[in-house]
Amino acid sequence: MAELRKDEKIIQLVNVTKAFDETVAVENVSFYVRKGEFITFLGPSGCGKTTTLRMIAGFDIPTSGKILLNGQDITNLPPNKRPVNTVFQRYALFPHLNIYDNIAFGLKLKKVPVTYMNDKGEKYVKMQKLTRREIDEKVKNALAVVDLEGFEKRAVSTLSGGQQQRVAIARAIVNEPEILLLDEPLGALDLKMRKEMQIELKEMHRKLGITFIYVTHDQEEALTMSDTIVVMKDGCIQQIGTPTAIYNEPANAFVADFIGDSNIFNGTIVGKLTVRFCNRNFKCVDDFEKNEKVDVVVRPEDIKMTDEDSGMLVGRVTSVVFKGVHYEITAMVGRSEVVIQSTQSRNVGDVIGLVIEPDDIHIMKKELTVNKYDGYITKKNTVVFGDGEFECDVTKLYPGSHLDEEGYLVTADGEKLDLTDMDVSVEVGLQDIELSDNADEGGARGHIVQLIYKGDHYQYIVRTEENEEDYVLDSPDLWNENDYVSVKIRPENIRLALKQEKQNG
Amino acid sequence: MVKKILSVALCAAVLVFIYAPILLLVVYSFTDSNVIGRWEGFSFALYGQLFRNAEIMQILFNTVWLALAAAALSTVLGTAGAIGIFYSRRRVAKPLQAASQIPVINAEIVTAISLALLFSMIALYRTYFSLIVGHMVLCTPFVVLSVLPKLKQMDSNTYEAALDLGATPAQALFKVVVPQIFSGILSGFMLSITLSLDDYIVTAFTKPPMFDTISTYVYNAVRNGTNSSTPALRALSALIFVVMIVILLAVNLRARKPAAKERAK
Repeated sequence: MAELRKDEKIIQLVNVTKAFDETVAVENVSFYVRKGEFITFLGPSGCGKTTTLRMIAGFDIPTSGKILLNGQDITNLPPNKRPVNTVFQRYALFPHLNIYDNIAFGLKLKKVPVTYMNDKGEKYVKMQKLTRREIDEKVKNALAVVDLEGFEKRAVSTLSGGQQQRVAIARAIVNEPEILLLDEPLGALDLKMRKEMQIELKEMHRKLGITFIYVTHDQEEALTMSDTIVVMKDGCIQQIGTPTAIYNEPANAFVADFIGDSNIFNGTIVGKLTVRFCNRNFKCVDDFEKNEKVDVVVRPEDIKMTDEDSGMLVGRVTSVVFKGVHYEITAMVGRSEVVIQSTQSRNVGDVIGLVIEPDDIHIMKKELTVNKYDGYITKKNTVVFGDGEFECDVTKLYPGSHLDEEGYLVTADGEKLDLTDMDVSVEVGLQDIELSDNADEGGARGHIVQLIYKGDHYQYIVRTEENEEDYVLDSPDLWNENDYVSVKIRPENIRLALKQEKQNG
Repeated sequence: MVKKILSVALCAAVLVFIYAPILLLVVYSFTDSNVIGRWEGFSFALYGQLFRNAEIMQILFNTVWLALAAAALSTVLGTAGAIGIFYSRRRVAKPLQAASQIPVINAEIVTAISLALLFSMIALYRTYFSLIVGHMVLCTPFVVLSVLPKLKQMDSNTYEAALDLGATPAQALFKVVVPQIFSGILSGFMLSITLSLDDYIVTAFTKPPMFDTISTYVYNAVRNGTNSSTPALRALSALIFVVMIVILLAVNLRARKPAAKERAK
């Protein structure tokens, strides 16, 4: 096997976009794959990973952008002209052909250059089909690679799922493609078979030395098998990196959430290497600008449990689940839920202390587009969040509902609800917050801790005194830092949503 | 016990009800009498008359030739149409499929009159062309109807898999798609033959003036009542019935065979 030149780009996508009618499946995606690499597209269903694979195979043509193979533009090349073979999710074996003919399908169509000598002693090259012997030989070798020797004469329908999958792989690799594309090839197999095939595929990749491009929604599969993982969401690439890098240094909250279990908190940088979340300041190792809004990720296995007095956070255990190797313990810290994985167990209702080391706090920059709070509804049908109380339109929680004279909510079905103390999540846009000098005019009060000039407006952060809650807002008016202001939000601009558990209950 | 006898009797009654007229025809094709109901001894005379009657032989040839040509053309058109519908985007495929099935539910007389109108407008009324097209209009929707389910059973990725392995779109179609839907194509072809063979209405409205198929010939013969070849038509009808039964059995047995082979493994 030739030495792999790891720096050689075998395939490159340049600003590729694919739209089906109005829906954009893949949006402005650029990346490259190195020769001999095992690269995995990972993402939830509908994230565009399969569409990306189909564009590399040639089944879909990009709406815009270019695909380069070994530096040559293959964007509009039909699939039968590409040195790429695909293993399909549901195998796509030809049911009317036996195993031998399935595997030999590509070989029988192939023409290879053969050099001849004519009478004058001149060499000339003729494109010629493979001989029967050559095809036999190659089919036999391919069957040996997938451990199915002697299956040539069998019908497709007599094979198990795992065996059909192997035939599909053999049918693809027998053509000696430069790139093997695998579209969730293990999705239809049971867990045990899947684990075995993962190891075998990895082994095959090592032996054959060709480039594998793999698509899966299974993060564990991606972490186990890949050299490089491309995490996708909504048609966009979220992160490209090695499995270790993606697990330890997720680029954003989506990646952190998708790869492995994680606790994600809304946080704010409050000082040099200090981040505040769950109403407490933590030392951290990531250096960010002061007052920056961030997502804080802590892996469940990185949270240590101690007793109530020596913990950095204090929580009450709400559930304990035995997971085989560890216990998964869920605790409520204030209004936030924290998941902990530990080999020790606790009982539901225990009050525990939690310790998080600076090394285990991973901080990611957040593109702030909206203020998010956890709140609850009061007896007066106002909403309390961010250390303040605001007038709001509670009928938005239930479509078609209205309030009766006594202040009870009547739903569209005529059901009467008491909303008092109901937990809600609250969203307020940056433009929807106004400031006022008059402390009694707004729903919450605080000091302006930061202002940034953004060309045509200023962005302010107002921080309350009690729990240090922040309001981020855009305003054309000029205020000064440390001004004590009150925050006004019109009822129609407070977007309320029920918390998940309330909806179920 | 009584119940069992009753159920058998009921089945028998239904079968007699369906087959009595045909049986009567077959029985009376073996006697040489001018009217059904009078038995004048067993004889093959009618069969002899039938095969000696050059006119009937010509008409028989016409009918078979028309059925084969119309069925073959409809099968190609209908299969192509079904494949087209199957690979269209859903928004296009649904209305297309519905539209292709309207002729199935449309009253045949309406189809026939429309065809006559259309062809007289383009000065092709009562030509071989109008006849063949008329029969194709009749048969094609049934081909689509018998091919589409086979396409839906097929793994649609197999076509892409063939392209992926280096086949051109035409190779992929003939090496991978057509073999998988072949039973549907074949049954569409057979259905077309039977539809074309016994069609009267469309044929009557589109045929060239001096051309007759069995249906139009029999209809005219019976209407006039004076035609001397009427008794021979009993033999012809009996023969057609037997041939159809044989074809039906052959197709059914052929369909059962691969399934049996599968099970044997």
